[in-house]
Amino acid sequence: MNAVSVLLEKALAGERLSLEEGTVLLEEAELLELGRTADQIRQRLHPRGRVTYIIDRNINYTNVCTCQCRFCAFYRRPNDADAYILSKDALFHKIEETISAGGTELLIQGGLHPDLQLDFYIDMLQSIKKRFDIHIHSFSPPEIVHLARQSGLSISGVLSRLQEAGLDSLPGGGAEILVDRVRKKISPRKIGWRQWMEVMDRAHRLGMKTTATMMFGHVETTAERVLHMVRVREQQDATGGFTAFIPWSFQPRNTDLGGSTAGGVEYLRTLAVARIMLDNIPSIQASWVTQGAKIAQVTLSFGANDFGSTMLEENVVRAAGVNYRVALQEIHRCIKDAGFIPAQRRTDYTIIKEIH
Amino acid sequence: MHNHKGELENIAAKVAAGERLTREDGVKLYQSNDLLAIGKMADLVRKRKNGTNTFFIVNRHINHTNVCINRCKLCAFGRDANAPGAYTMSLDEIEAKARASANSGISEIHIVGGLNPELKLDYYVDMLQRVRRVLPGVVIQSFTAVEIDYLAQLHGMTHHAVLRALQEAGLDSLPGGGAEIFAPRVREIICSKKINGDKWLAVHRAAHELGMRTNATMLYGHVETIEERVDHLLRLRELQDRTGGFLTFIPLAFHPKNTALEPMGLAGTTGYDDLKTLAVARLLLDNFDHIKAFWVMVGPKMAQVSLSFGVDDLDGTVVEEKIAHDAGAETGQSMAKSELVRMIKNAGFCPVQRDTLYNVVEEGF
Repeated sequence: MNAVSVLLEKALAGERLSLEEGTVLLEEAELLELGRTADQIRQRLHPRGRVTYIIDRNINYTNVCTCQCRFCAFYRRPNDADAYILSKDALFHKIEETISAGGTELLIQGGLHPDLQLDFYIDMLQSIKKRFDIHIHSFSPPEIVHLARQSGLSISGVLSRLQEAGLDSLPGGGAEILVDRVRKKISPRKIGWRQWMEVMDRAHRLGMKTTATMMFGHVETTAERVLHMVRVREQQDATGGFTAFIPWSFQPRNTDLGGSTAGGVEYLRTLAVARIMLDNIPSIQASWVTQGAKIAQVTLSFGANDFGSTMLEENVVRAAGVNYRVALQEIHRCIKDAGFIPAQRRTDYTIIKEIH
Repeated sequence: MHNHKGELENIAAKVAAGERLTREDGVKLYQSNDLLAIGKMADLVRKRKNGTNTFFIVNRHINHTNVCINRCKLCAFGRDANAPGAYTMSLDEIEAKARASANSGISEIHIVGGLNPELKLDYYVDMLQRVRRVLPGVVIQSFTAVEIDYLAQLHGMTHHAVLRALQEAGLDSLPGGGAEIFAPRVREIICSKKINGDKWLAVHRAAHELGMRTNATMLYGHVETIEERVDHLLRLRELQDRTGGFLTFIPLAFHPKNTALEPMGLAGTTGYDDLKTLAVARLLLDNFDHIKAFWVMVGPKMAQVSLSFGVDDLDGTVVEEKIAHDAGAETGQSMAKSELVRMIKNAGFCPVQRDTLYNVVEEGF
């Protein structure tokens, strides 16, 4: 047996792979062999043949952002003609639409707006919870750290204030690659990897679940991609609060960073290695928004067990030129056609209903 | 989920032994959701036939007219002669387009169009002579079997006679379009006026007899059954056994947008279906050297993944493709050679620029 087969056997035997071993797999394993191993691990973790998804809405309350990351096509400066802050009326209207579409979750994210204070966020959360019965899965770590700086509170302090006001869980955005060499190149003003992880650590300790994302296919090395996974895995050993890992590839259009993006093969390989490496994270999400429905469906043979969200609205990704829109029907079709049972879930991955 | 596991193992054993698969095997493969097992079998055959070589061609497409009397429901390209957007290129225009591509390093020109009653055999002969003159070293792969049969009808000639006249004027090879699904039940729904499967095969047989190599296609993902797909593949395999004239098989995923079939609520193919169809084709068509994924139709991401599912050809850098784009293909019009090469290498395969007959034009990228 060659080195790669030994590693795949080891993973199948339930043994944990090291950074070096994961890197060997990402660089050398054959696509179908990698898929087969990830698929077997997925079957073990999710034996009921379900593929889940959530009906939610991504609401971007502002596009003003002081971070101005080079991979981002969404941000505007405060005085730009198309800079905006969403009004409460518009926000409530979007939430009503979400609930009438069967939605159970709001993914509220925005830029790091220099003028919006903690009170704005607390008021937003309270006013939503007063009117609607919906899970609020909102504000990625860069926004939390921004609020801590503005308010002078600790990260824990900000998170508890938001939690009291109605925040239920945190999305895993802003992780990009959790290696500071990479972050300095693509997002020099964004928080470092330790701070990103600190936010997740504090959130988990306050009883909030979070996800973790990874944006790859730009300036990072394969080893840095695997290091990202290992860092998430170590945090998960400590706090156990990550529900899912969501890899997606950098979308170069309309960004300062530009260049090309990872192809379909690179995406499937990375997703499969994530399933193999992240032995303590229950779910791996496909990203149909960045990959299209076809590749997203194919991930169901490469380790993914969740189709992510219906994304009734996704301004951040849309600004970068992704024109895929998969209706709920299409998600059901993709899941069934691959031989699985579609199941609508809540944010915590409990099942609302199976679709037969 | 994997109901057919034991059956797949039997098929895998046959594939490993190099045995020919049956109709039942083909149906079972299609019915299985074990995408990776099917991929692995197809990959074995692909590696046996082509190693890790992945071919592409630098070519140019010209669609000389969209006027078509057939008006197939599957098609978003054809127009009535007096409809808005109807066009027919003059021979001067075609010659100018051909001349414009003379220095772009193309090795093949691909001309297909509608069945336009105004265009007689002399238009085609003249077109070929002009293109041959301005592109002396370039292979002319043009006119589907449907167009050849139409010319034969217009002039009361045999397929042989039409093909010979075109061959003398410069035609080298026929593309594989118009095959759709051979089953009459399906053709009645999606392309009721188009020539039937027997005639399509007869045109290709005649071309093979004249020494021309041709391609074969299958348009899938509309109203056909799995069995009808398998039968389509087997009829191609049968003709290939007799003539050996087919170069490449190209499954084409149906794009419903803007076609008369769109109101039927057809959703287009899924990723599983695309990969299974390519892989099953690789497995059933044991006498075809090449399986092509047309990246314009399936998208570059899926095309790249398909290299592990039996595909060894990604078509090429296509300039000005109208037919798939009119049906809502969301891909670009062309892909730079460097981009294709990068895509192939990133998937761990070896890019080879080929000519129409799969002679190496350039390798070692």
